Amino acid sequence: MWILLLVPFVGLLWVPFYNFQEPALFGFPFFYWYQLAWVPISSFLIWLVYRSRARDEAP
Amino acid sequence: MAGQIDWVALAVFLFFFVLVTVMGFLAARWKAGPVSAHLDEWGLGGRQFGTWITWFLVGGDFYTAYTVIAVPALVYAVGAYGFFALPYTIIVYPFVFAVMPLLWKTAHANGYVTAADVVLGAYRSRGLELAVAITGMVATMPYIALQLIGMGVTIKAIGLTGDLPIIAAFIILALYTYSSGLRAPALIAFVKDIMIYIVVLVAVAVVPAKLGGYGAVFAAANDAFAAKGGDTGLILKPSQMLPYATLAFGSALAAFMYPHTLTGIFASKSADTIRKNAILLPAYTLLLGLIALLGYMVYAAHIKVASNNDAVPELFKALFPSWFAGFAFSAIAIGALVPAAVMSIGAANLFTRNVWKSYVDPGISHAGEAAVAKVASLVVKLGALIFTLFLPVQYALDLQLLGGLWILQTFPALVFGLFTRWFRAEGLLLGWAAGILWGTWTAWSNGLKPLATIDLGGVSYVFYVGLGALILNAVVATLANVVVGWVLPERRGVIAPS
Repeated sequence: MWILLLVPFVGLLWVPFYNFQEPALFGFPFFYWYQLAWVPISSFLIWLVYRSRARDEAP
Repeated sequence: MAGQIDWVALAVFLFFFVLVTVMGFLAARWKAGPVSAHLDEWGLGGRQFGTWITWFLVGGDFYTAYTVIAVPALVYAVGAYGFFALPYTIIVYPFVFAVMPLLWKTAHANGYVTAADVVLGAYRSRGLELAVAITGMVATMPYIALQLIGMGVTIKAIGLTGDLPIIAAFIILALYTYSSGLRAPALIAFVKDIMIYIVVLVAVAVVPAKLGGYGAVFAAANDAFAAKGGDTGLILKPSQMLPYATLAFGSALAAFMYPHTLTGIFASKSADTIRKNAILLPAYTLLLGLIALLGYMVYAAHIKVASNNDAVPELFKALFPSWFAGFAFSAIAIGALVPAAVMSIGAANLFTRNVWKSYVDPGISHAGEAAVAKVASLVVKLGALIFTLFLPVQYALDLQLLGGLWILQTFPALVFGLFTRWFRAEGLLLGWAAGILWGTWTAWSNGLKPLATIDLGGVSYVFYVGLGALILNAVVATLANVVVGWVLPERRGVIAPS
């Protein structure tokens, strides 16, 4: 599960993935809404890892 | 414009300033502990902050007032490139989640207050301890100065001129930090963060409605950049992609090496508090992304600004009634107080634990540590104030940029030891020195730009100099470690992993 923590790095640091204007969403060019979308996605991924940690690691 | 005092805005501003000042002094009694009896109390608020307090404190401390001014200013000036703050403040959290709970456990088990304490404990090296402590203090000073500059921009927007208002604000800040320690910014952070959330949510809802929607905002910015030319635009030029990604990555690794962010980590109640915050803190990143867009709204509102830093204040003045503009400016100015207080506390903790205790008075009592730290916090703030008043703003900006590169060089010493005991102090110290020297020299010879260039096979790559210096640092540390291990097989004073 810890591998999920690396996903945002790939999604955001490989800039050619998202350096476009189209498709726009609610007036936001792709470059902007794609990166903003990663905020909740990253939180969700971290939460998944948090939930799946072995119990002996708590607290 | 500046020079004409906006009395309504000023009244709102003063109301909130007085409110947080009273809170700052009363904070000593909040979650009461013997504030002057132990550095854990003054410098870490008693190591008891739970999820919500930590969320407000680290949020208020990491997303600084300067950010609210500087990020939209950069976006206004260059467009997409200024947005690197967004990926930076997203990818920092998987890192925080994976690493900071381990650091907290080490600090909690051994009573460590600073990064240099952790390093001393892991490697038993006074040299490495001092290197980490001095880097932390030096990198923090210009950062505090920038908070003052951010505050100065908003005070100027209200129409107050001269240095007196900022000196007064800073003396008040210094006094309540002195008496209440970390409890003061932790309590004020609640007010500050709620105010900032209100300002930004109103701004991102109301401003585009006044300007014809986000589509119109982006279109206006696009037209302005097309007219401006150069390396500006709504998306990155191909040559900007590597600098963008490396700046985001390097800044993310550096962010929690600073004394002020680490103070927030060490002050939390448990490792789980930090994990939960890694999930919840990105809410501030969303806010930052929206704040950055204010830079584009300036174009849509057809406002001309003299200096990029005036972009946000001028936008608020043009589009909002005085009372709300005053509310927004107080949010930003109070937003400067929280990080400035935590930064001075973090630097004071370093001075007390890793300079005073290590070199002047090794037998110092807990109460003595708290007393030294309180005085040190005053000195640090005075230094930052003098810096702001007597040196050109550009010096603070340049030094803050170099500070980011320097603090990143403490990464191997602080983080590698959490995962392996293979490294030795000698190698890490040599790596630190190599990273700092190469990085500083490269940034300096590029006219203090944070970018370095290398040629590989006829293609030149431009990247963030701090990240390059970190890689050099790690490589030198590894090689030196192999050599030292070969010359001196006996390890000196290294303790076993806990």
